[in-house]
Amino acid sequence: MGMEGKCKARFERASDQSLLVYFGQKITVQANEQARRLLRLLELVPIAGVRNLHPAYCSLLVKFDPLKLRYEELEEQLNGLLRRSEEIELPQPREVEIPVCYGGEFGPDLDDVAALRGIAPRRVIELHSSRSYLVYFLGFVPGFAYLGELPEALVTPRLATPRKRVPAGSVGIAGNQTGVYPFATPGGWRLLGRTPVSMFRTDREGLSLVSIGDRVRFVPVSQERFAELGRA
Amino acid sequence: MSEIVVLSPGLLTTVQDLGREGFGPLGVSPSGAADPVSLRIGNRLVGNAESAPALEMTLLGGTFQFPQGAKVALTGSDFGVTLEGAPVQLWSSFEVRPGQILRFGPTRSGARCYLCMRGGIDVKPFLGSASTHLLSGLGGHEGRALRKGDVLKLGRTGIPACPLPSEAAGKVPCLRRLATKARERLAPRKVLRVTPGPQSDWFPEASQQIFYGSSYRVAEESNRMGLRLEGPAIPEGAHGEMVSEGVSLGAVQIAAGGHPIILFVDQQTTGGYAKIANVISADLHSLGQLRPRDEIRFERVNWESARRILIEQEGLLASEGLIVDDLSVA
Repeated sequence: MGMEGKCKARFERASDQSLLVYFGQKITVQANEQARRLLRLLELVPIAGVRNLHPAYCSLLVKFDPLKLRYEELEEQLNGLLRRSEEIELPQPREVEIPVCYGGEFGPDLDDVAALRGIAPRRVIELHSSRSYLVYFLGFVPGFAYLGELPEALVTPRLATPRKRVPAGSVGIAGNQTGVYPFATPGGWRLLGRTPVSMFRTDREGLSLVSIGDRVRFVPVSQERFAELGRA
Repeated sequence: MSEIVVLSPGLLTTVQDLGREGFGPLGVSPSGAADPVSLRIGNRLVGNAESAPALEMTLLGGTFQFPQGAKVALTGSDFGVTLEGAPVQLWSSFEVRPGQILRFGPTRSGARCYLCMRGGIDVKPFLGSASTHLLSGLGGHEGRALRKGDVLKLGRTGIPACPLPSEAAGKVPCLRRLATKARERLAPRKVLRVTPGPQSDWFPEASQQIFYGSSYRVAEESNRMGLRLEGPAIPEGAHGEMVSEGVSLGAVQIAAGGHPIILFVDQQTTGGYAKIANVISADLHSLGQLRPRDEIRFERVNWESARRILIEQEGLLASEGLIVDDLSVA
């Protein structure tokens, strides 16, 4: 990565056992790449006393054991790693195709999104499946990938009142993001369709279908194909 | 092979240990006991490693039978527990003979009671932990709360149980209990000590005064993911865009409408609300004993105090005199 768009890291205490490293305050691919680089470095060169890492759009939360590591020491060690940020190779991103059956009972908000944006429901499907999305990070619940960014014509605010239960596999959009609900959970994203593929499985290497930094493309499938894939 | 048979599960009973740290990049939250101090002490009372899996009960406990007997300890809140109809003491270990029934009632104090059994509970670990994460249905016993008729195996957790001093000395195993002084010092607090959150400067002085000057009531819809609070709204001032970021255990986020939510053990790993404060590590176990309608307040402490209080608490938990042989009741 070149130096353009590179932000200086800023540290902020989040709690007495966690520290936030910010790479800017906006969702950009560059800031996200810097967060992924620091995550990768901490995986390759672990700091003793660091317990957990929570990457996000343009930040990384570092959780540590305050009995083993003082905040000041952690900051110093992180600064050391950040100086090596450009040296490391990020894992090769995988291209993951996710089959989606759009509309109907699987995508109860498809028609509303089309109406809100003044386009045909068919066009919503075309646009949503027209590009590959970056996995900015996994968060919220196990295997929930924050994907972006959506074609401008699909950008829609989240529902005013979240659903109490969104079925597992539901594919939704919110703002300029899209994602798949791995489990039946509450959720406020507008639902366009559903995938029969499990996003998170305990019997699979790596557990989550996609990892941070991967690329995802949605592939429209028929109800028949959905049922076939679901049985596989 | 010893077993515990669930005759009735109670309101919400799950298998918990000290949780799974290190899987934030997958979106997996740590889970683990809501009151880890009680779990750790309970395990020590029965001679387990502190992190052994136990049963966490919520507000109303269950009824359990031990076909082969067991050595057990109860910690946390007083659920009016009886063994074959006779009351048993909290914070002490005792023997359950084969076939006996242990019955828990509704709470008489805080939200959670722990049933720790010698050897721990034998469930298949998920990412290194036996803890149940209810929202995703992962970990614990089939990823869910216990039901009537469930049978769990005991005593093969792979975690070495330390010999109890009385057993090692060849004496008849006696009861052990938590030292009274330690119990007082570790009692759950209703005044939660906090440090500033990462967006605390988004809240103007007037909002800070409301937050630190008001008492808040724990709402009914609170759970292991988060404690929702009712009370005076906390307005945000003008600020930049809030971009979703990693959130820490005990973070006090201010949701739409100005109402605080404290993120708890089954928390989402990232979130998009501003955080005004964060409960200090030493007071996190107190959150596990808060019941709906409890009144709480927040008290601001500095970083050094937060660290000192934690070091003192951990020193107490590691101390020799924490647990004593209780010959008087044997």
